[in-house]
Amino acid sequence: MALTTFTLAINQAIAEEMERDPLTFLMGEDVVLGPFGATKGLLQKFGPVRVRNTPISEAGFVGAAVGAAMAGTRPICEVEFASFFYCAFDQVCNQAAKLRYMSGGQAHMPITFRALFGALGGAAAQHSETVYAQFLSVPGLKLVVPSGPADMKGLLKSAIRDDNPVIVFEHGALGRLKEEIPAGDYLVPLGKAAIKRPGKDVTIVAIGAMVSKSLKAAEKLAAEGIDVEIVDPRTLVPLDEDAILSSVEKTNRVVVVDEGHWRGGAAADIAAIIAEKGFDFLDAPIRRVTALDVPIPFSPPLEKAAIPDEAKIIATVRQVMGR
Amino acid sequence: MDVGKDLLLQMYRGMQRIRQFETRIRDLFLANELPGFVHLSIGEEASAVGVCSALRDTDRITSTHRGHSHLIAKGGTLRRMMAELYGKRTGYCKGKGGSMHIVDFSLGILGANGIVGGGLPIAAGSALAAVVTGRDDVTACFFGDGASNEGTFHESLNLAAVWKLPVVFVCENNLYGEFTPMQDVTSVKDIAVRAKAYGIPGEIVDGNNVLEVYNHTTRAVARARAGEGPTLLECKTYRWEGHVAGEQAFIGAGSYRTEAEIAEWKTRCPILHFEKMVVEGKKISRAELDRIVQETQAELEEAVSFARSSPLPDPSEVTDDVYA
Repeated sequence: MALTTFTLAINQAIAEEMERDPLTFLMGEDVVLGPFGATKGLLQKFGPVRVRNTPISEAGFVGAAVGAAMAGTRPICEVEFASFFYCAFDQVCNQAAKLRYMSGGQAHMPITFRALFGALGGAAAQHSETVYAQFLSVPGLKLVVPSGPADMKGLLKSAIRDDNPVIVFEHGALGRLKEEIPAGDYLVPLGKAAIKRPGKDVTIVAIGAMVSKSLKAAEKLAAEGIDVEIVDPRTLVPLDEDAILSSVEKTNRVVVVDEGHWRGGAAADIAAIIAEKGFDFLDAPIRRVTALDVPIPFSPPLEKAAIPDEAKIIATVRQVMGR
Repeated sequence: MDVGKDLLLQMYRGMQRIRQFETRIRDLFLANELPGFVHLSIGEEASAVGVCSALRDTDRITSTHRGHSHLIAKGGTLRRMMAELYGKRTGYCKGKGGSMHIVDFSLGILGANGIVGGGLPIAAGSALAAVVTGRDDVTACFFGDGASNEGTFHESLNLAAVWKLPVVFVCENNLYGEFTPMQDVTSVKDIAVRAKAYGIPGEIVDGNNVLEVYNHTTRAVARARAGEGPTLLECKTYRWEGHVAGEQAFIGAGSYRTEAEIAEWKTRCPILHFEKMVVEGKKISRAELDRIVQETQAELEEAVSFARSSPLPDPSEVTDDVYA
């Protein structure tokens, strides 16, 4: 089977779902050209009514996606970089997330938001932030963070079919990552974690691009006789708590690895859940490997210092193993 | 534009329903029967009714925190609105939304909104949905003078203009944003002139004259339906009551506008103006108008009884409807 890139997986998922459902349409900044490749060629397939370049006007077009969803369509709305969501916070958090609940279930909100996030190599803080934590405490949203091409395709297709506002966060450093994607109508359900590597000594809960870094760390740790199990939650909301807790019950040790910040991040949230529901399973304190609590810097050595890498993951796993 | 008797009667009933509903809400709120707070539209009845009279059933509206008038004008049921204001499970939103968030999708009411300017991009999106699905439904977007200083106003007008979306932007300029005079915080005297910046028509309308509002809206709706894009209408009007009911208790009377100003605007009452016009013009008799007043009173009494006797939500419902 041929290998498919992360970016092409996005393209395939959107094309297949737009083919399948005429109520879907694509809007966002430069989606016609698709400068990063994710939406390239979709205009030619689906025409200008369903593939729309928006002005650089996040509050306007994100809000329009909300209205379009409430009026019976299923928008796929690209916000180029996830930090740009700050310009449309009201539309995502006050409108998309809340209106179903506030209307007693009347409002339908089938929107898929897509955005690049994460340290890309010298993009600096306004284009490198891991912003999903900002949405974790907004009930009504679903948050998806794929770690590779197959999950990307299957999760994005499920997101587009979901009747809730779903934000799919696409790590910018994964674009060229290649993987086999199962043929056919490949769907990955939201709310189901994946065991990316089975192991018996210690659990790593790794999110997004941290999965491939953790896999590499696990190979090195295996040489030291430490058998790591890697759990990829794949979606932060809904969160597959059972998969995480089952793994911790087996290994009795856990490290949470995330590119978000240490304070108030997804890693803090997952660590709190493990502490609250799985304390009796633990033989060592829960540890987190995250970005430092600094804006992600521009200069390469500073950027590298700010975010998790293999060495930090390995050092932290050794600590929880008491080595 | 010639307006037949049936439509005139319907307009009068619409304005009466709003006036009586809002007056009753004020009294119930001041009597501590309603939780939260309410924003009243007394004095602004003509803009809501004039606009919605020019729409058909499948057209949609977005509304504001001061939205009871728009919902009633688009056909909202008084008893379900009243029940929502009481926080009852029989209310439009099962008690989850309250005064600022009433929605009725079956009537094309995409909702009031607690965020100033929140409805503008939603209205553009609703109009976009019509384009994507190939329907000719129009969306009317109500907002106030305050919202015209929000970024969403400018972004939505630009978006609607470049995509020629079937939307009519209706600014109800009641001269105050919360407790601040509009002229203190707004760069222009007339909001309508801002249309020029987006290459769309902008028209100033006497917002207290229901027929004038209706005529302007009818033309704007026709343009929108024909694919010619959005229009900005500025309805000049005034709210007789404060920003929120009961505000005198915390800000004092006369602290930001004068009694003389309020009295002057009351002489321009949209309902009295309409009554005078149709009675003197021998289009409708006083007796016919009186019958509508009485029928509306009865409808309102029934709505209050319904709301009072309805059950409160069960605490177990608190987690319902977060997700589909």
